[in-house]
Amino acid sequence: MDPKTLRYAKSHEWAAVAGDVCTMGVTQHAAELLGDVTFLKLPKTGLAVKPGQDFGEIESVKSVSNLYSPVAGEVIEVNAKAVDTPSLVNESPYGDGWLVKIRLASGADTGHLLDLSGYETFVKSEGH
Amino acid sequence: MANLRTPLYDWHLSRKGRMVPFGGWEMPVQYAGIIEEHKAVRTGAGMFDVSHMARLSFAGADALSLIDEVFTNSAAGMKDFQVRYGLVCNEAGGILDDILVYRWPYGWAMVVNASNRLKIVDWLNARKGTRQVEISDQTLDTCMIAVQGPKAVELCEGMFFDKIGDLKYYYAKPTRYKDVGCVVSRTGYTGDDGFEFMVGKNQAVQLADELLAKGIVPCGLGARDTLRLEAAMPLYGHELNETIDPLSAGLGWAVKFEKPSFIGKDALLSKKADTSKPVRMGLELQGKRAAREGSPVHIGGQPVSTVTSGSFVPTLDKSIAMAMLPPGTTSCEVDIRGTLTPATVVPLPFYKRAK
Repeated sequence: MDPKTLRYAKSHEWAAVAGDVCTMGVTQHAAELLGDVTFLKLPKTGLAVKPGQDFGEIESVKSVSNLYSPVAGEVIEVNAKAVDTPSLVNESPYGDGWLVKIRLASGADTGHLLDLSGYETFVKSEGH
Repeated sequence: MANLRTPLYDWHLSRKGRMVPFGGWEMPVQYAGIIEEHKAVRTGAGMFDVSHMARLSFAGADALSLIDEVFTNSAAGMKDFQVRYGLVCNEAGGILDDILVYRWPYGWAMVVNASNRLKIVDWLNARKGTRQVEISDQTLDTCMIAVQGPKAVELCEGMFFDKIGDLKYYYAKPTRYKDVGCVVSRTGYTGDDGFEFMVGKNQAVQLADELLAKGIVPCGLGARDTLRLEAAMPLYGHELNETIDPLSAGLGWAVKFEKPSFIGKDALLSKKADTSKPVRMGLELQGKRAAREGSPVHIGGQPVSTVTSGSFVPTLDKSIAMAMLPPGTTSCEVDIRGTLTPATVVPLPFYKRAK
């Protein structure tokens, strides 16, 4: 995934839409803040989600953070490879480290999310 | 009061160290990443700035007498150049700190936890009485770097005026680094072989740069914690505190009851008789989720204790923890953010280096 084409939540998830399917993961910035990821708790397929809904956990050696759905819809697939090898999130946060695919609810989109420059501005303002 | 900085503070920043507050100091928690740093120590060699730890030196005819009053282990029984681990306890047998004592032909030294530096200095001064002893706190004038891992000897030999590979484990020697006096100690907090080098603060950067140039990997407090946890070494503030005694903590080997006296001896003698009290145990958890300090531990459906330290550890590739549990416990459940995770009691240490 090319970061320039993605949309972003202030909770550091990224979202890419193709047709009615949204793929999400966490950003490079989030992966750096977390450090080495050691465990992923991802949602069950079939779970209905709303934007900002807490639907998983991402744990590193030193911390654990909640994962928030960036969009409204239904979970249709989770990345089993990443669950097996959580370091993929650090190695390839926009590629093999993707986390969840969500079928967008009818009428739902990513308009409420930030574009790359909006996300970068936000990150700078957070002072990390 | 702002946190203290070691002589390597700028060096850490230039190596992309991520700084965090620890025990009153700004210390690097990681550089390249905790897992990579941990693995570097187990397979090669890693370097740790441990300048935050307190370094005290003792001179005077009565130094031994003072040290043996506060130390649970025997200082009198030490050979010159030997290093010994033990506890400093209060009258109730509670642990004030875990320390290393060094015996030199001409005096003594102690290495004490950073967070307990002022507490222990005050304790020593209060117990001095009329004894002839001068205690100097050399922490702020010196730097200490630990190099740990199976390649530590091979990489560091030749850096000092004297050979260091001939040091026995838990022995130290004064020598010279670039023609200035220093101390090399065959000790460490990782469960692997290695050294702790103590130099004047003016040589800190030069020493760190030379070690780095040899391919020794900078490691932070994050890896220091996962390494010592695998080796089941206690950490003050977690496994040890003023409400825990050395026997419950599994450190009875560092308490010499044959000593005529030491502070806490009577209290510890009465605790020795009580075999019903909780003792420190190691847990291996199911899955890869880490238990953290404070995670409740359940036995038979009831919360009975809390985890003192826990983490996912890279060499064992498991989630492990330590907790104070009733003698005879073989399994339990650890509450990790609301999920009861089965755990088995395992013998300590979790990791032992290859001979």
